[in-house]
Amino acid sequence: MQQDGNNHDQPHDHHHEEPGEVLSPIALRVRALETILTEKGYIDPLAIDAIVETYETRVGPKNGARVVAKAWTDPAYLQRLRDNATAAIAELGFTGRQGEHMVIVENTPAQHNLVVCTLCSCYPWSVLGLPPVWYKAAPFRAKAVIDPRGVLSDFGVSLPSTTAIRVWDSTAELRYLVVPLRPANTDGWSEEQLAELVTRDSMIGTGFAQTPDQQTTDQLAAATAGQGASL
Amino acid sequence: MNGAQDLGGMMGFGPVQPEPHEPIFHADWEKRALGLNLASSALGEWNIDISRHARETLHPADYLSSSYYEIWIKGLTKLLTMRGLINSSELAAGHSQEPARLTRRPALKPADVAGALARGGPCDRPIDQAAAFAIGDRVRTKNIHPTGHTRLPRYARDKVGMIERIQGSYVFPDTNGHGAGENPQWVYSVVFDGRDLWGDAADPTLTVAIDCWEPYLDHL
Repeated sequence: MQQDGNNHDQPHDHHHEEPGEVLSPIALRVRALETILTEKGYIDPLAIDAIVETYETRVGPKNGARVVAKAWTDPAYLQRLRDNATAAIAELGFTGRQGEHMVIVENTPAQHNLVVCTLCSCYPWSVLGLPPVWYKAAPFRAKAVIDPRGVLSDFGVSLPSTTAIRVWDSTAELRYLVVPLRPANTDGWSEEQLAELVTRDSMIGTGFAQTPDQQTTDQLAAATAGQGASL
Repeated sequence: MNGAQDLGGMMGFGPVQPEPHEPIFHADWEKRALGLNLASSALGEWNIDISRHARETLHPADYLSSSYYEIWIKGLTKLLTMRGLINSSELAAGHSQEPARLTRRPALKPADVAGALARGGPCDRPIDQAAAFAIGDRVRTKNIHPTGHTRLPRYARDKVGMIERIQGSYVFPDTNGHGAGENPQWVYSVVFDGRDLWGDAADPTLTVAIDCWEPYLDHL
């Protein structure tokens, strides 16, 4: 993880809702907890700011995408990932909380991998950041181990019936990163270009890496949306 | 425990609902909930297994109707109360009403956050005894229903599987989750055929791997 270069010396008000805004019961409860713990000196609100900033700006699926792109292009690195994924991922600077014990699982035309935590919300934070809401919610946790193709269908993707499906239920402290299949027509692409194709969902197994065509379509859509927003 | 956290194979929740362009947080309170959980755990008053157990002992109706950040806050409130760091009167008032006590570790300082997150909390531990199982061994998971914390999901109890990987030796949650010691045990990746878990109607191409601590397993 990179050093935190931000200046936290400037205290500021954390409760900066608009005048007249009504907080929900859970928001009030969280505020009460933070107030009590701060008054007692058990927590420093600026430490909370630093934690939030870490997961908003530095630790997210772009980390995992770099790992995957390197695995696609560098056979020696892929072998190091197979031998000791934690150490190989640390080579790129990604370490720490909920990534202490990493394992990679590689998709092949014969087998697709899908990762879940049926018992709580275990997720490889160091490479994917914080888990999305659906990953922690009951529908996914309930369905992934019994009907994984149904889950894929909920994501609008389907596997050939000849591709076997392996579900990894993260019941211990091992954290799984799926290495998706490298898309066709990407020969000669750089790691940086390839990383742009690696979606978060493809590293959980609820999707595939983007094809170059999909990427172009998405970029056009994003550009159009950007123009709309600026009007 | 057979609580609401043990969701594998349950039905009736409807489809998974992916959210295109999902924000990292959906409300400011979620940011504070994340930070409160991490900063509070840095006090050293509980471990990750105790915190998981605090969440899974929420009433099932409460667990299933709460978002995950809500579950975190409810679990954290339980832990802080259990450890005597806050009390219900303070929660009702929204302010401290009694002096703080000394905690096992001091409050996390902003300058220490990056280092603490980058270190994480590795839970592999050395172990003296040799692994009882080898890759390729067929095993049966135990038919256990402990009232305390366990990480053997219900759908995978009393099932036949095969050892596919030996993952190393790790803190044992069934004891660590009750403050009864780290008690390191070998952990194995055990693979089950989908039909052995779910019957003949299961996807014939499905296999499910779970990580099992050695005490969950018997030789077949």
